[in-house]
Amino acid sequence: MLDTSEKIETPEGVDLEVVPAGVIVRCLAYLIDFSIRAVIFIVLAILLGWLGDLGAGVLSIFVFLLEWLYPVVFEVFINGSTPGKKLMKLRVIQEDGTPVKLSSSVIRNLLRVVDFLPLGYLTGMITMVLSGNFRRLGDMAAETMVVYDDSVNIYSISEHCQRRPLPMPFKLFEQQAIIQFSQRAEGLSEARQFELANILSPMLSPTTTETNQQAVDALHEISNELIGRTSGEQEVKS
Amino acid sequence: MKQELFEQKNQTHWDSFTEMLGSLEAKRKKDKKNLQSAEFPAKYRLICHHLSIAKTRGYSPQLIQQLNELMKRGHRQLYQYRNLFFYRFLEFITTGFPQSIRQNWTYIWIASAIFYLPAILLFLLVMAFPDLIYNVFDPHDVARFESMYDPTSDRIGRDRQSDTDVMMFGHYIANNIGVAFRTFATGLLFTLGSLFFLLYNGIVFGALASHLTMLGSAETFYTFVVGHCAFELTAITFSGAAGIKLGFSIIAPGLRTRVQALKESARECVSIMYGVILMLLMAAFVEAFWSSNTALAPMIKYGVGATLWVLVIVYFVFAGRANESRSAL
Repeated sequence: MLDTSEKIETPEGVDLEVVPAGVIVRCLAYLIDFSIRAVIFIVLAILLGWLGDLGAGVLSIFVFLLEWLYPVVFEVFINGSTPGKKLMKLRVIQEDGTPVKLSSSVIRNLLRVVDFLPLGYLTGMITMVLSGNFRRLGDMAAETMVVYDDSVNIYSISEHCQRRPLPMPFKLFEQQAIIQFSQRAEGLSEARQFELANILSPMLSPTTTETNQQAVDALHEISNELIGRTSGEQEVKS
Repeated sequence: MKQELFEQKNQTHWDSFTEMLGSLEAKRKKDKKNLQSAEFPAKYRLICHHLSIAKTRGYSPQLIQQLNELMKRGHRQLYQYRNLFFYRFLEFITTGFPQSIRQNWTYIWIASAIFYLPAILLFLLVMAFPDLIYNVFDPHDVARFESMYDPTSDRIGRDRQSDTDVMMFGHYIANNIGVAFRTFATGLLFTLGSLFFLLYNGIVFGALASHLTMLGSAETFYTFVVGHCAFELTAITFSGAAGIKLGFSIIAPGLRTRVQALKESARECVSIMYGVILMLLMAAFVEAFWSSNTALAPMIKYGVGATLWVLVIVYFVFAGRANESRSAL
């Protein structure tokens, strides 16, 4: 498939698929985090300003913590995502798919300094693009990956319940394509459904030309036959 | 078995597993206890089984994705690293840290040489050619340092006499640990960043010490520095050593790929950096509340400083020897 998914081997012997996150979405997450940090800093500066020198001392400790520990704390203790990553539905994981460890999080966040060079995370972006699975230098050293969090599954069951015998024997990938069409149809626009179904309409019924909707229905029915749909009384799953 | 039948047979199992995941992810203590039975792993394994069946039988990508999602979440819950923080912390201080320093002694010596040799060189050079100090600092900075270590002031090492201990404590933490982090991280650039920071700090330290010695501020300067330098200078050389190790693993990865070598050395370096953070916290504490105090007699300060040096050296040479393998050295 034409996507960036990455396979992780598990002890169960079944490969786990994760989708590494690209440059733009991670930049956005970073900008969100940056703004949050900036706001926290301004609020603290105003509040601690009242305390004079004591406040200045405490403030510089907070600046230090915000600069270096903010990502580590969120990544390790709050499910692998800083607030920015959470909003962009990203998560940091170990290469083996387990939650990120403290030492890995420390490494990847200390090495930000180098990924930032010469300006604006240029090194990080270049290594992300070259690495194949979007890892900046810090990620490589720390054995981590930034992946999309649990993705939304577009999985709809069509309302058609009839079955139709296969017009010809299909190969496995062809069967899968038809089932996939049927189950994704809800998420596609009507015009796109027609367009896709029309490609197959000569094959579905070579004698008569089917109209758009009939072709779509035909595919649903073949799909029902393939997945072995039994009755009309199906609860719709989400 | 057709897909639909497969789904019908197993849907209840998937639903109950999803529910279990939900309560595990919510991290409620009570739920966690209930789930510490063998039930969860068994259910998880069944999901893995279903996923591999779905893949081999060529069921629809949607179903496979759904099961993959369940397995991913289950995997995340089952294979967690337990955080035994307090135990690990104690273990690290008593054995882990000194051991990892000893294991990397070549890098420690190299980093120390790159820091101390230029410092000594500059110390002697500025002794011989006092005007050289103006090549290292601009005149404005020189004047600032002179006032910081003016023997007549009642708080030393400060720009403004009004600065309080707590304020300086915060400043030292933010500044010194930040410098240590940068010294380490920039080592990734083929060791160049670490080398630069070590060299730079060595030059600054040597030149300044020499200049202030000749100026007659020797006592104020040394009584200030002696207290915390055992922690601070060692910590800076350690972070430089860690950075050099990191960069060197890319230059000479040996029989591993460069990325693999980088990963392995980063894992070792981070434990050095944990120690560096602890040392710099202590240094900042001493520097803010002890070193700057002028009420104490110089002899006491020298005595304490020397004791701390001895302690630091004894700690790194002898701590954690008991269960250390011979081959590591």
